[in-house]
Amino acid sequence: MTRQPLLEIENLRVGFKVYGGELHVLDGVDFVVNKGEKVGLVGETGCGKTTTMKAILRILPQPPGFIESGVIRFHGRDLMQVKDREMRHIRGQGISMIFQDPTAALNPVFTIGQQLEPVIKYASPENRRLPRKVIRQKAIQALRDVSLADPERLLKAYPVQLSGGMRQRVCIGMALATNPELLIADEPGTSLDVTIQDQVLRLLHQLVEERDSSVILITHTLGIVRQMTDRLYVMYAGNMVETAPTRRIFTNPLHPYTQGLMDAVPKLTGGGVAHGIPGRIPDYLHPPTGCRFHPRCPHAMDICRQKKPSFYTVEEAHQVACFLYDTSSGADSAPARKEALA
Amino acid sequence: MKLLPFIGKRAFHAIFVLLGLSIVIFVIARVMPGDPARVAVGAHAPDWVVQDIREQMHLDEPLVVQYFYWLRDALHGDFGVSLVTRRDVAQDIIEFFPASLELALFALLISAGLGITLGTLSAWHKDKFVDNLVRVLSYMGVVTPSFVFAILFLLLFGYLLHWFPTLGRLSEDVARPPTVTGFMTVDSLLAGDMVAFWDALKHLVLPALALAMGSMAQEARITRASMSENLNKDYIAASRAFGIPERYVMGRFLLKPSLIPTISIIGLDFAANFSNAFLVELIFVWPGLSRYGMNAILRKDLNAISAVILVLGVVFIIVNIIVDITVAKLDPRIGLRSARSE
Repeated sequence: MTRQPLLEIENLRVGFKVYGGELHVLDGVDFVVNKGEKVGLVGETGCGKTTTMKAILRILPQPPGFIESGVIRFHGRDLMQVKDREMRHIRGQGISMIFQDPTAALNPVFTIGQQLEPVIKYASPENRRLPRKVIRQKAIQALRDVSLADPERLLKAYPVQLSGGMRQRVCIGMALATNPELLIADEPGTSLDVTIQDQVLRLLHQLVEERDSSVILITHTLGIVRQMTDRLYVMYAGNMVETAPTRRIFTNPLHPYTQGLMDAVPKLTGGGVAHGIPGRIPDYLHPPTGCRFHPRCPHAMDICRQKKPSFYTVEEAHQVACFLYDTSSGADSAPARKEALA
Repeated sequence: MKLLPFIGKRAFHAIFVLLGLSIVIFVIARVMPGDPARVAVGAHAPDWVVQDIREQMHLDEPLVVQYFYWLRDALHGDFGVSLVTRRDVAQDIIEFFPASLELALFALLISAGLGITLGTLSAWHKDKFVDNLVRVLSYMGVVTPSFVFAILFLLLFGYLLHWFPTLGRLSEDVARPPTVTGFMTVDSLLAGDMVAFWDALKHLVLPALALAMGSMAQEARITRASMSENLNKDYIAASRAFGIPERYVMGRFLLKPSLIPTISIIGLDFAANFSNAFLVELIFVWPGLSRYGMNAILRKDLNAISAVILVLGVVFIIVNIIVDITVAKLDPRIGLRSARSE
C-alpha cells in the first residue's frame, strides 16, 4: 500500500485568550492521515482533540482561540494560507465533520430539510445549479443512506421531534452527504445509550468502508478504536505522545501515558478494578515545563522537566514522544528504558 | 401548526385576566375619595338631584351589585360620560386610541428595524470599533428617558433646523382626510391625498423617533447578546464545517434563533410605548390616549380612567398573544410544548 499523506499537521500550537492570561492548549501537535486510512485519536477530556479538529476546518472560535504557529496541509496545500472562499470548498467535499453532541450540532429552529438541503446545494458549483427537486431527492437519499425510515417526512421534522439516535444519524448523513475525502468523527455516539451507540458506530463503519473515505475517529472508548481504525494516535495535554498501528499499540504500548491508559481499561478476564493514572490533566495557564506528562509519570527523569521530547521512531510506523526511547542521548536513560519496557 | 386552538386558549385566559383587571379598576374607582354622584352633577346641584343620580347609578346597592351593573355597561361599551370632555368616554377612546396606536406602531417599526440592524452589526464585529460604538450608544439610549429625547429632537430638528413639524398630527393648512381607520397616514392614503399623507408622516417622525430610542437601544443590546452567544454554538460551527457560505450561515442559521428573545422584547416595548407615551404626547401635542389618560388622572375623571386602563389591558393581552404566536412559529420547541400541554 502506498502511503500518500492526505492531511499533515506540523507543530500546531493553539491558544485561548481568557481572563487572567493565555491558555496554551495545543503544544506543537504533529499528526498525519494518509489517503484511505482510518485513524483513531484517543486521550482524556480536555486534551485538545476537538480543538485540533476545529483548527483543521478553521471553525475554531477566534477570539478567544488563536493559532500561534504550525502548518496544516491538506493535499499538500497549507490550509491556513487558503482564502476563505477556497476554504469553503474544502469544507464539505474535502473535509467534513460529525460533532460530538447531535442535539447541539443541529439548529433547533430549522427543519432537517432546511439544514440538509443547503449542505448539498453548496457542496459544489455544479450542485448550486441543480433544481430544488433534485436537491431534495439527494437529501432523501442521504437520509436513506443512514438507514432512517420515512425520509420524506423527516425532512419536514424539527430536531426536537427526533430521538437522540435519529439525530446522530441525521448528523452522520449530513456529514457524508457531500462525500468528503476526509471525515472527522468527534466522539460519535458519546451522548447515546450503549445499544444505540453500537448501532450508530456500526453504521458509520460500514458507510466509510463503502466510500473508502479517510477517517479521523475521536473516542474515549478503546473497544471502538480497535474495531474501526488502522492506526491510533494517543494525545495528552495538547501533544501527540504516541502513534502506531492500532493492533500494535494495544499489545505493546510504549509511552507511560499510553500504558496507563491501557491499564485503565477494565477487562473481562483477569479481574480486579482498573488502576488509572494518578493526577489530572495540567492547568493550561501554567503548563508543566518540558514533557507535559512528567508530573504524573512514574519514570520521570531530569531531562523530562527541561526539554520537550519529539517523536522517536521505535519500530516501523511506531513513534513515541518520550525520552525513555531516545537512543541517542546515551547511557543515563538506558536503564530506565529497560525498566519501562520490562 | 395548531394556531386556532392556541389563540382560542389564550383568548379564554384573557377573559379571566380582564375580569381581574375590571375588578381592580372598579374597586379603585369606588375607593377614591369623592361621591361619584356629586362629581357627576357638579358641586352646586341640589341634594335631591344628587340622590336621584345616586339611585340611577345604583350607588345605593351593595358594592358587588354595583360591580355587575358597571360590568354590564362596560360590556356594552358604555363607560359613562367624561368629566373633562363632557362626551361619552367610549367616543373619546375611539377618537384618541388610533392616534396612540399609529404613533406606537411607527415607533415599533423604527426601533425594531434599527435595533435589530445595529445589534446584528455589533455581533458580527464583536469587540471592534462598530461594536463599541453601538454599545456606548445603546447604553445611552437605555438610560435616557424618552421625554429627554423628545425635547432634544423638538429643539434640534423642529425649532433649530425646521426639518420636521412639532405640533399635532397634521398642519393647520392641510385638509383633514375623512376618518376611516383613525390613522392619519392610512386615511390620507385611502383618500388619495398625498399632500396630507406626507404632512402626517412628517408629523409622526419626531415623536415616534423619541419614543423609539429607548426600545431601539434595548433591542440592539438583546440582539447583540443572543447573536454573539449563538455564534459559538456547535450548529453554527457545523454549518460552516459543511461548507455552507458565510452569508447563508449568518443571515439564516444565526439570525433566526437569535431573533427569538428580541421579538419577546419588541412586544413588551410596544405595549410599554403605548402606555408610557404621555410625556412624548404632551410635548408634541399629540392627541393620543396616553395624554387623554393622564389628563383624566389629573382631574380625577373616574370614568375615563377606568376605560383607559381597560383599553391598555386589552392592548397588553393582544400584544402578548401576537408575541407568543410569533415566537411559537419561529421556535418549534416552544410551539410543541404549548401544544402538548393542551
